[in-house]
Amino acid sequence: MLHLLAEQDPGELVEGLTAVGRGIVYGGAAIGPGIGIGLVVGNAISAMARQPEAAGMVRTTMFLGIAFTEALALFGFVLAFIISG
Amino acid sequence: MILGLEFPPISHVTEWPAIFGEGAFSVNKVVLLMWASVLIVVILYAAGRGQKPVPTGAQNVAETSIEFIEDQIVLQTMGPEGLRFTPFLLTLFTFILTCNLWGLIPGAQMPVNARIALPMFMALLVYVIYNAVGIIRHGPIKYLKDIMFIPGVPWPMYILLTPIELITRFITQPLSLAVRLFANLLAGHLLLVSFAVITQALFETTVVGAALPFTLLVFLSGFELLVAFLQAYIFTILAAVYIDAAMHPQH
Repeated sequence: MLHLLAEQDPGELVEGLTAVGRGIVYGGAAIGPGIGIGLVVGNAISAMARQPEAAGMVRTTMFLGIAFTEALALFGFVLAFIISG
Repeated sequence: MILGLEFPPISHVTEWPAIFGEGAFSVNKVVLLMWASVLIVVILYAAGRGQKPVPTGAQNVAETSIEFIEDQIVLQTMGPEGLRFTPFLLTLFTFILTCNLWGLIPGAQMPVNARIALPMFMALLVYVIYNAVGIIRHGPIKYLKDIMFIPGVPWPMYILLTPIELITRFITQPLSLAVRLFANLLAGHLLLVSFAVITQALFETTVVGAALPFTLLVFLSGFELLVAFLQAYIFTILAAVYIDAAMHPQH
């Protein structure tokens, strides 16, 4: 493995590792918000099912909750583009 | 190069050559689309002034959007007191929505908000407004005190809470407002570009193979329509929530 790495052209190595880093950054940043949005929407749906007359208010709050949670994943998305070799 | 496909680099799908003008003031396609959005907002404003008792056409659109902003955004988050912010929020909403929709219109195919300049400017505008509202209403000292010290918390918690509250209010809120709009639109644009590239590449080799990515491309365009609307809505409602938080600290 190390022998193979030593034979590589350093520019290519940096390029490849940058791509791997981008993948890790976006993938890692997507885990938490994925779980979070699932929780937010799931609970909003059960709230709407229990009290359909409050559906309008719950929906507004649900979108707010999604927006706050989603921001973290989007930071990761932008950061993945900012990373360069 | 992924799976034998040549995806265009990101600079290729978001940066446009200048049409006229030079340096920082050069005008390219994105700026022209932004001007078109401004024009549409002005036309809607003029149409909203119409006095026809039974509205038709543009007046209908304008009145529906005013009602939507009042009922769904202002009254839901700020209550009747926030009604004086309706004109600002309405302008924000229609402008962001028209800017987003350029990404789906054939020939334009570029959401203006997929470049960070405009979202950043609008987030700064909201930032200045909500801080100004808070300072004018409570005075600078009480405004800062309300942010830093939440009532009803045991005092050792302030060591942890005060920095978090300050960072949230003055850094994270405007930053996430700008980045959310920008990243959503950029991601949608890249998604459509990727599927268009796959469709074209498959169409050149096996005509039938392009059917699946093309179907997905059509569905994703519909999804992007939803995202364009949702992001305009979320940006506006968050602006309303932030202004409300500055007006009424800690419920």
